[in-house]
Amino acid sequence: MNKSKAGNPRKIDFRVLGRVLKMLFAAYPVLLPITLFCIMFSAAVASIPSIFTQKVLAVVTEYTEAGLMDWTVARQEILPKVLILVGLYVCSIIFVTIHTQLMAYITQGFLSKMRRRMFDGMQDLPIRYFDTTKHGDIMSHYTNDIDTLRQLVSQSMPQLLQSCIIVVTVFFIMLYYSVWMTILILVGVCAMIFVSGKIGGGSAKYFIRQQKSLGKAEGYVQEMMNGQKVIKVFSHEEDAKAGFDQINEELYADSFRAHAYANSLGPIIMNIGNILYVLCATAGGLFLLTNCPNLSLSGLPFTIDIIVPFLNMTKQFTGNINTFSQQINSIVMALAGAQRIFGLMDQAPEVDDGYVTLVNAEIAPDGTITETTKRTGHWAWKHPHGDGTLTYTELKGDVRLTEVDFGYTDEKTVLHDVSVYAEPGQKVAFVGATGAGKTTITNLINRFYDIADGKIRYDGININKIKKSDLRRSLGIVLQETNLFTGTVMENIRYGRLDATDEECRSAAKLAGADDFITRLPDGYNTELRGNGANLSQGQRQLIAIARAAVADPPVMILDEATSSIDTRTEAIVQRGMDKLMEGRTVFVIAHRLSTIMNSDVIMVLDQGRIIERGNHEKLIAEKGVYYQLYTGAFELE
Amino acid sequence: MLKRLAGCIQEYRTPTILTLLFIVAEAIIEAFIPFITANLVNTIKAGAEIQMVVKIGLLLIVMAILSLSCGGIAGFTCAKASAGFAKNLRRAVFHKVQSYSFENIDKFSSASLVTRMTTDVSNVQMAYMMIIRTAVRAPLMLIFSIIMAYIMGGALATSFVVIIPFLAAGLFMVSRKAMPAFRRVFKKYDRLNESIEENVRGMRVVKGFSREEYEKEKFGTASENIRWDFTKAERIVALNSPLMQICVNFNMIFVLLVGSRLIITSGGALIDVGEISAMLTYGMQILIQLMMLSMIYVMLTMSSESIRRIVEVLDETPALSSPADPITEVKDGSIDFEGVSFKYSAKAEKNALAGIDLHIRSVMTVGILGGTGSSKSTLVQRIPRLYDVTEGSVKVGGVDVRKYDLDTLRGAVAMVLQKNLLFSGTIKENLRWGNPNATDEEIAEACRLAQADGFVRSFPDGYDTMIEQGGTNVSGGQKQRLCIARALLKKPKILILDDSTSAVDTKTDAQIRAGFAEYIPETTKIIIAQRVASVEHADLIIVMDNGTISAMGDHAHLMAESEIYREVYTQQKNGGAENE
Repeated sequence: MNKSKAGNPRKIDFRVLGRVLKMLFAAYPVLLPITLFCIMFSAAVASIPSIFTQKVLAVVTEYTEAGLMDWTVARQEILPKVLILVGLYVCSIIFVTIHTQLMAYITQGFLSKMRRRMFDGMQDLPIRYFDTTKHGDIMSHYTNDIDTLRQLVSQSMPQLLQSCIIVVTVFFIMLYYSVWMTILILVGVCAMIFVSGKIGGGSAKYFIRQQKSLGKAEGYVQEMMNGQKVIKVFSHEEDAKAGFDQINEELYADSFRAHAYANSLGPIIMNIGNILYVLCATAGGLFLLTNCPNLSLSGLPFTIDIIVPFLNMTKQFTGNINTFSQQINSIVMALAGAQRIFGLMDQAPEVDDGYVTLVNAEIAPDGTITETTKRTGHWAWKHPHGDGTLTYTELKGDVRLTEVDFGYTDEKTVLHDVSVYAEPGQKVAFVGATGAGKTTITNLINRFYDIADGKIRYDGININKIKKSDLRRSLGIVLQETNLFTGTVMENIRYGRLDATDEECRSAAKLAGADDFITRLPDGYNTELRGNGANLSQGQRQLIAIARAAVADPPVMILDEATSSIDTRTEAIVQRGMDKLMEGRTVFVIAHRLSTIMNSDVIMVLDQGRIIERGNHEKLIAEKGVYYQLYTGAFELE
Repeated sequence: MLKRLAGCIQEYRTPTILTLLFIVAEAIIEAFIPFITANLVNTIKAGAEIQMVVKIGLLLIVMAILSLSCGGIAGFTCAKASAGFAKNLRRAVFHKVQSYSFENIDKFSSASLVTRMTTDVSNVQMAYMMIIRTAVRAPLMLIFSIIMAYIMGGALATSFVVIIPFLAAGLFMVSRKAMPAFRRVFKKYDRLNESIEENVRGMRVVKGFSREEYEKEKFGTASENIRWDFTKAERIVALNSPLMQICVNFNMIFVLLVGSRLIITSGGALIDVGEISAMLTYGMQILIQLMMLSMIYVMLTMSSESIRRIVEVLDETPALSSPADPITEVKDGSIDFEGVSFKYSAKAEKNALAGIDLHIRSVMTVGILGGTGSSKSTLVQRIPRLYDVTEGSVKVGGVDVRKYDLDTLRGAVAMVLQKNLLFSGTIKENLRWGNPNATDEEIAEACRLAQADGFVRSFPDGYDTMIEQGGTNVSGGQKQRLCIARALLKKPKILILDDSTSAVDTKTDAQIRAGFAEYIPETTKIIIAQRVASVEHADLIIVMDNGTISAMGDHAHLMAESEIYREVYTQQKNGGAENE
């Protein structure tokens, strides 16, 4: 469940509530007021009937006391009052129906909106956010935190409003009957509020602690379940159990306290209400017996007809304060949840100042480029200049990094003075230990991260000027960690280019050497993949990822350990397809296996963010440097 | 299914029973309060002595305090019972999984086990709390209120009894219609969250292909789709409230009207105003209790899926366990496979292993080669009895592995798994998995043998360096060497390395093997590898193909006899040293 830092309940910012309400109003500027109005109205109406009930009973009392036993006469006095009662009830039912139905509509609409806002915002966040935030934490915004909002909007908010209205209405009705007795009630209510605050606060504190321990237990269980086989091999079961029992015990303690507080709040408030009722009744009796003068809005003297309805009001009044107090928990939790949701929404999106775009182009024999809407297989960079003119540059795949410095944080520079020149059609390879900066270079080319110093030019254009989406469209990437999406194999390949035909997807798969195993799957290209292609081997997933990049047909490709999970024999088969795939493209290759990169035009050996050797295979072997040592197996890569 | 769960209540049976008792006490007191209140009102009205009023008032206050105490204590014991029950459930599931064999583990994904121990157990906890608080109270209050209504209002109370079946049917129908709708949409909701997770994980792919807008649109459609399903289900549930109101309100009017008439015509002899008031209160009570009962029904159906998922784990029988009269000593490190066949499941068409006959003498070093899916791992996993064979037998030290105590066998056979893991904790703590009593000197020695001592010492905190979850702060090769050291600490009679040096460079790999030969010559060593160089000098090399032994012998023999071996050998030697 909730893994993120919920913090101290006292630190909860109540402005968050204002923000949620503002968004709710903005989403439903008409429906929400209507709903709220219906809630208020039905609440108000709900408190009036008891007046008429009492009026009817008063008539009855009057008749009985007078010894009149004639129903036909009494009926004339009673029926109109009952009719009003019926009218009020009908109104109330209509309004209740309207607001409960509308509330269901609004709640789900609002949640869907919030989900989409979070998701849309998330899509625009820079890669840095995903590299530095735990994925479990991001996910809990969509599950746990959204759930707390649902509770707030669909239950706590209407119930609070309803209780508020009833409390206020009843308050005035009570004043209508008797000011003295109302004061007595207010004293009791103060006690209730005090108790609610104490117990409710304690409960909220432990609920938040419970969420934390639950997160801790979840983390432990996850680690152990992942390593269950290692546990078995080392007969480590008893230790795993002992570790779990301890965390489980902590979770129990917090959960027990949270619920103990929450559970006892109800009976306590309710019985304070009961005591208050008795006090009121006794006081009323006293007033009656002593003929104490009444002070009230109605100006009525103390009679039994005042005291009985007043006592009923007392019940309603305290009952609603109880409802009120029951909501404290969910409100505190919802505010904590909303705060985290806003934390995600308020993340600064990826900035894109690029104005150079990628367009389909027709290239005349004389080299002039004209823009076109249809796919020609040729592309050009459309470059608007400050003076209002437009120039077109043919997309060739010439990528140059000049004296680039970069660090993920300001304190630590990971790339120092890196220069790489990749001409169209060249294969450039990076070799080096983990952390040497190979992947970092590719992160910079597609602008997942921005460089600190130096220049990167693509076909002579500074990549900062190119619109990010167009830049990335011109680069195909295949990563070591393959991510496939739920859907068919075909859909996954088509992800590379959404308008690709089935035929094009198939030939891309053939090129990648994936066609063979795909056709052997139960439903061929229509086989459904789930859970990141859990039913495929890591090698097969990589082949699909290669096909996905191939169908995009980009002029530049980045292969980051793209074939690392394919065994040497299969790789030999894939290699042919890969070679064909790389034909005519600029390709950046990162690989551990030297056999994958030996035939590159340029090989860069990286060490701690610096290029220490560069050249082709023969040259580097002849130099007898680090590459040579790697090749002969004398040196270790990690 | 429920019985299975109830077994986990254990020591929390007492708080559970106490809860029930206190709830009953509270309910009884609560039921009498309106009765005495009516009395009080009547006393005041009758203009009785003030002492009388105070007396009844005091009685009421005492009752309220009693009710408060009972309610408070019940809330406390109920929290204890439900939190404790949840604790026991989680423990039962976790402990059960510890008894699983590999075969059982393969059945459940680790993510689903995590959900079962967290979300599902929490659902059951909430349901349990709800049920012990209301399951007894609601029917009790219901019956009591009906009786009281009869005492107060006589025949008039029949109107409540008449309306109950209608309301109950109505509430039941709402729940019945809403539940399947909810269940459907929850499934969709899970899938939506799965797709968010995919997106978060695959953000580099999304951004790499500039698919942000496409993803937004796709998500928007899915989210809206679920929104409408949810709205539909919630709107059905929202009917509960007006339904209740219709019944309550019109019943009130009926009682009021008929009651008034009765009072007037009888001159207050049959029923009086106080009694009518009390009746109205009881009427309200009856309806609230019905609402509670319908909520229990909803809670139970909502949590039934969670219950099913928990019981599924608890009911799984461990595929293998120690025999009744186990042998607790492994004589030596010899291994014999006799006509061994194996299928992963009874339904599988193909044997993962077929007709394996193999005899390894103690002290031998054995290399195993073969392509992906040739069942190399499947073969060696029989030795520490991680799975049982389907046919034939595997013997260690001349005794069938099924006759050993499992801990004894696995203590003597150390295996470094292909998918190996370190756990969060210090390096030293991780290594002590091999032997909890290992001294610092023994740990350092094992690390030297596994060529790990050097880099461990280069860390600022040395052997006390914290390993993060999943071992993400050490490189693949370092992790593998630590895993080897961990296995060595067991001082095993048989050591199995399942592709455990794939991320270690050839030179270090060779040093590790040389260390084995020098320092643990007594131990039988089985090495699965991709690199020919890793197995080239073994006493016996086994070439696996498609679940069978394709060829067996030393290097020279295989170069002459085995085509596969020759092919792999020449490919690797010509392709240069491949570094992985």
